[in-house]
Amino acid sequence: MGRRVLITGLDTFWGGRMAQALEAKPDVEMILGLGTKDPRVPLERTEFVRSDQKYSILSRIVRATQVDTIVHTFLETNSVAVPSRVLHEINVIGTLNLLAAAGARGASVRKVIVKSSTHVYGSAEQDPAWFREEDHRTGPVRTKLERSLLEVETLVRDFADDNPHLDVTVLRFANVLGTDIITPISHNLRRRLLPCIAGFDPLVQFVEEDDVVRALEFVTAHRVPGTYNVAGDGKLPWSEVASIGGAHLLPLPPVRPRLFAVPMERLGRIQFPPEMETLVKYGRGVDTSALRQAGFAYRYTSAGAVQSFARANNLRRATGTSDPEYRYEQDVEQFFRHSPAVVRGVDT
Amino acid sequence: MRSIVRRLYDPMYRYWFRVEWEGLEKIPTDGGALLIANHAGAIPADAPAIMHGVETELGRPVYGLADYFFRTLPGVGTMWSRTGGVPAHPDNAYRILHDQKQLALVFPEGTKATSKTYSDRYRLRRFGRGGFVEIAMRAGVPIVPIAVVGAEESMPILFRMPKVAKALKLPYFPITVNSLLLGPVGYVTYFPTKFKLRVLDPITFDVEPGLERYSRSRVMDEAERIRAIMQDTLHDMLRERRSIWFG
Repeated sequence: MGRRVLITGLDTFWGGRMAQALEAKPDVEMILGLGTKDPRVPLERTEFVRSDQKYSILSRIVRATQVDTIVHTFLETNSVAVPSRVLHEINVIGTLNLLAAAGARGASVRKVIVKSSTHVYGSAEQDPAWFREEDHRTGPVRTKLERSLLEVETLVRDFADDNPHLDVTVLRFANVLGTDIITPISHNLRRRLLPCIAGFDPLVQFVEEDDVVRALEFVTAHRVPGTYNVAGDGKLPWSEVASIGGAHLLPLPPVRPRLFAVPMERLGRIQFPPEMETLVKYGRGVDTSALRQAGFAYRYTSAGAVQSFARANNLRRATGTSDPEYRYEQDVEQFFRHSPAVVRGVDT
Repeated sequence: MRSIVRRLYDPMYRYWFRVEWEGLEKIPTDGGALLIANHAGAIPADAPAIMHGVETELGRPVYGLADYFFRTLPGVGTMWSRTGGVPAHPDNAYRILHDQKQLALVFPEGTKATSKTYSDRYRLRRFGRGGFVEIAMRAGVPIVPIAVVGAEESMPILFRMPKVAKALKLPYFPITVNSLLLGPVGYVTYFPTKFKLRVLDPITFDVEPGLERYSRSRVMDEAERIRAIMQDTLHDMLRERRSIWFG
């Protein structure tokens, strides 16, 4: 029997990309996606179920579909995108319900994969150059995003301890850049203005969006329980990110940079979420040797991820086209998938 | 950036401090080694002198491990990391010494040495908690002590102002002779003292590398032994010195 996979956050960037990647795998028998909104990417055979962000119906779905793998991509790692209260609901309460469903008595789940972020390490002056998975952050937890991600990881760790028969994998991704994804950093680069802090030029690490999906696929296909950092090789100075990405640096004062950043944010010129403030001061690097030893191979380095973004951005600037928008039509999709009138196995 | 700074610093090294080395051949030309030295002067001039010296004379880069406090200063932190400085963290030191097999430079006394007043000159402070010994043991590399004479007098501290330091969030706020003579310019101007550096025999430890922990007593004993050797060497060098300015 093939694998039966449940993906959370099908309507988000990562859920959609992950579903597309899994559809290409013949050994994945069934893909089920949960989302609060319609999927934003065309999908061939993924089943979509609309749910609220807290997944109150999840345990019923898990029981009914007998999924063996849960890929939890629906963790918000961008505090610009949602208000902090929603952030808490999505990250902490969502994960709580998800784990409750996965760990229920008699549940068919064998594997849980959680997409976390290297934001859990924070950025502080006392940091080592490269964080290993077992290292703890050195700075205090200041932002709501970091607090919620740490809380999620604690939940997941407790869950793994309580359910030793399950394979629980946590992947901590570095800042993502690539052809399509929109993060505060890529937003700023697209607008040609990258905030920095005067007198600081930290070394930062990136991971390309394809490598993110490939890493998620890799841990879905292999048995690699534990926590792993996922980031491209090497680090590059913040100023170089700006120059490769074709943006100017916007220096903010070292003391209370927020005071100056907020008006610019209000004007819509930049995005400067609180977790970016320490990052652009002290940078961050994570040691990726653990996942590499488990057998994963990266396609992009940190600088490669920035270049990949820059190439896609050049094209966007030259042609002026935005990405084609996909609209999910519930009835049409249902028709193509389930109607006896559709002749299956024919290339349409 | 690194080469520009090196070129700018070179005249300072050659003509201002007239740095003179003794026993430079004792620094290994390949493989990792932990260089340690005594630290002195309000804004210590010994770190760049050693880093620049080893780089130009031996053609090997030296990674200076400095207090993470420097990272918090605008400009200074970036400058330091671009010219070969690394925040002092056991993991960072281990990676440089063991994984990359490079030279690292550390001042075991830390800021206790640079904040001491002129009356305490050439009296070595406590060698931290012996962390440098533990790192060298773990990385399986020798420790190469370097005794520095001349840095103490290049920017001597008369007294410290703890309240000002606290207000400015600095580790210490020194009133130096330079600053009394030259005002604020004095904080960036050294006296042209003669620098003499003597490299001592490398110290190797007969322990298994790669362990998580080493015997605390052994670590502290080794640290104290190295401290005693360096203190003796400093006294020896000072006995032979006839002038602060000409050596």
